[in-house]
Amino acid sequence: MTVQPVRVLLPAHLRTLARVSGEITIDVRGEVTQRSILDALERRYPVLRGTIRDHVTHKRRPFVRLFACERDLSHDAPETPLPDAVARGKEPLLIVGAMAGG
Amino acid sequence: MSSVRVLVGTRKGAFILTADESRKQWEIDGPHFAGWEMYHLKGSPVDPNRIFASQSSGWFGQLIQRSDDGGKTWEPVGNQFTYDGVPGTHQWYDGTPHPWEFARVWHLEPSSTDPQTVYAGVEDAALFRSTDGGKSWHELSGLRTHTTGSSWQPGAGGMCLHTILLDPLHPGRIFVAISAAGAFRSDDGGTTWRPINRGLKSNGIPDPDAAVGHCVHRIAMHPARPDVLFMQKHWDVMRSDDAGESWREVSGNLPTDFGFPIDVHAHEPDTVYVIPIKSDSEHFPLDGSLRVYRSRSGGDEWEALTNGLPQRNCYVNVLRDAMAVDRLESCGIYFGTTGGQVYASPDAGETWAPIVHDLPAVLSVEVQTLP
Repeated sequence: MTVQPVRVLLPAHLRTLARVSGEITIDVRGEVTQRSILDALERRYPVLRGTIRDHVTHKRRPFVRLFACERDLSHDAPETPLPDAVARGKEPLLIVGAMAGG
Repeated sequence: MSSVRVLVGTRKGAFILTADESRKQWEIDGPHFAGWEMYHLKGSPVDPNRIFASQSSGWFGQLIQRSDDGGKTWEPVGNQFTYDGVPGTHQWYDGTPHPWEFARVWHLEPSSTDPQTVYAGVEDAALFRSTDGGKSWHELSGLRTHTTGSSWQPGAGGMCLHTILLDPLHPGRIFVAISAAGAFRSDDGGTTWRPINRGLKSNGIPDPDAAVGHCVHRIAMHPARPDVLFMQKHWDVMRSDDAGESWREVSGNLPTDFGFPIDVHAHEPDTVYVIPIKSDSEHFPLDGSLRVYRSRSGGDEWEALTNGLPQRNCYVNVLRDAMAVDRLESCGIYFGTTGGQVYASPDAGETWAPIVHDLPAVLSVEVQTLP
């Protein structure tokens, strides 16, 4: 199985929780999809479990959005391959807290 | 010399306020978890340096943080709150069935005997327990699956389990309260439950003296006398002398009997404190005058405590978990407001002064009395 380094930008509050700063690079096994990136992210930073998607159903939390290459990928199926530029590490996957009050 | 540590949860972070026993000079530490809703923080009575905190946000959900050094440093522990089995439905605001959905932890209650055991009261209403210091959580599902559970409805703030009282004299006895289902008691450590709402009367529900459906805002107990309970209901201040088997109204001469918090003096089991709020829609003090009311007779007769509190143009609210007492010889009383003030009285309510003026809206206040 191939292992691909993928760039991810977390929202500020999740960077604080994961104790990282700026963009991170994580190794993704197999095809690069939302699911494989989130699986790798949660393996490396267990504190993020439950903050982006549900622990059990893996359904994305409603106020978390996933952007890449100037596109909103939030509503794509989690196993959909991400754009090549993300898979090849040229563009980051942006995990974003939706603009919503508070 | 003794000291106090006040744990303040706000809409945008947590603050820790400390002072020596004179309670005049305060150190303010925070915000911890800036930007997050901190519904509640509470220390273990067994190990006061162990503090549990409920951290949540509409974006990123629930976390539980634990400190083992009195709040200096924190570690996230378990945040998986999964209802036991297929959760089924309760009633929604419009009376239609609505699936049980976990939203947040409202209240954390550490065990008084085991530093590894802590209870969590959550929305949608259920009780969870951890026996490994907060790493893993398991539902005490006998409460939610009580035969009345499918008829419970949320209060305006959500269907929250907000009060957990562990009876120190009767092992296995737990009291909880849920908005807007009412009060419940377990005598077997949380396995089985029954409603304890006899005597409550709520005009906002079809059957005013129904077994469940009452919007209980808060229950308080003195640990030396756990059969006596005091309750601030949506309207009415109530008292039970038989561990919740029956209740009677003790609102007496209160100017309004709507309110949220209620608490009991640390050394006088019949001295009780409430903060009357004008009404269910006008969530602020009567006449813009912030008054704590104290009864020294276990209810019915109340006196206003105003010395040091704003008596003009004050339109804040005090939420249900935002009042607490310390255990120093001269009992201190503390409360926080939605305007971000935390007030303290070092003399059981005779005089008050703000510890801090301008925090985010205060959700909860707890006090630790340290040797």
